[in-house]
Amino acid sequence: MAHHSHEPQVTVLPPNKEKIKKLWTVAGILGAVTGVEFIIAFTMGHGPAKTALFVILTIVKAGYIVGEFMHLKYEVKVLFWAILIPTLFIIWMLVAFVYEGMKMPVFQ
Amino acid sequence: MAHSTATVEHGKSVWDGGVSPMGVSYGKLMMWFFLLSDAFTFSGLLITYGLVRSSHPAFTGAPEAFRFSAEYWPVPEKVFEAVPFLHGYSLPLVFVGIMTFILIMSSVTMVLAVEAGHRMDRKAVEKWMLWTIIGGLTFLGCQAWEWTHFIVGTDSPTLVKEFANGQWITKEVTGASLKINQYGPQPFADFFFFITGFHGFHVFSGVMLNFLIYYNAVTGVYDRRGHYEIVEKVGLYWHFVDLVWVFVFTFFYLV
Repeated sequence: MAHHSHEPQVTVLPPNKEKIKKLWTVAGILGAVTGVEFIIAFTMGHGPAKTALFVILTIVKAGYIVGEFMHLKYEVKVLFWAILIPTLFIIWMLVAFVYEGMKMPVFQ
Repeated sequence: MAHSTATVEHGKSVWDGGVSPMGVSYGKLMMWFFLLSDAFTFSGLLITYGLVRSSHPAFTGAPEAFRFSAEYWPVPEKVFEAVPFLHGYSLPLVFVGIMTFILIMSSVTMVLAVEAGHRMDRKAVEKWMLWTIIGGLTFLGCQAWEWTHFIVGTDSPTLVKEFANGQWITKEVTGASLKINQYGPQPFADFFFFITGFHGFHVFSGVMLNFLIYYNAVTGVYDRRGHYEIVEKVGLYWHFVDLVWVFVFTFFYLV
């Protein structure tokens, strides 16, 4: 263990109340959106509209997690786009694969 | 952090050297790029699930008439409806909902640890890291239960056709493995194990990293270092694990 004489002088700042409040607000939003997803899951009939709604709500949640929790919204624009633009390929992959899947013969 | 603002001389580009053009340290930038590549891996898994699912017929009858069968893809809320200590009750997606809530909460405690790190507040970092570790372990415990239930199966078996010794036979199946599946077509069970397993392994790795950070914070490593930036880097990883779960929750359990 380090000797006490070598312990550094650390200045502890007081909590940033505004920031902490905002983080809890984001957590509340994430919880609320999940609650809405549950309500939709049991009240709406299966179909493309339901799937679309789920996808939109998921992207909303992803936006809050990446933007606020991972702080990407407040980073330099170059970093923001360097992370965001490549994810467009995921959307392309999704559309292409599911389209192929619908054209494929049934396995069994 | 000290390196979060890039100041350059007038008339010079940030790309001319001497500053970080992206305004973050090397380690944080590489964590972002690692997470981007990891996002592609998870997308590969989830999108292949979408492909295989859309190549199987969907169940078209009334929800009450649903029975497990290899003829069509199962409705997830009919598969995942068990909750610990409530045997025999049909509580669709309730347990997964609890797991989602646990992971979101552990993401909040992580971001509070990051906030405390910015202020050099060791006691607060310790407190919030410990909560994050507890959240992660609770999630893993839930997943272990979920897997056990999926593998052991329901009370009543499903009749499954199987090709054995040169002829088709029908046999009773309970539970699922990589070879046999009572809930529906075989790929359904395979994807369950691969997707939730790969995510669960990420959570496990995250808990290990979180514990390392906690240990180092307690022993004063970051006070001596003069900053808590590592909490941010591991925090990014931990939020990503939460992010992936949001997608798994939607595309595996809800849709």
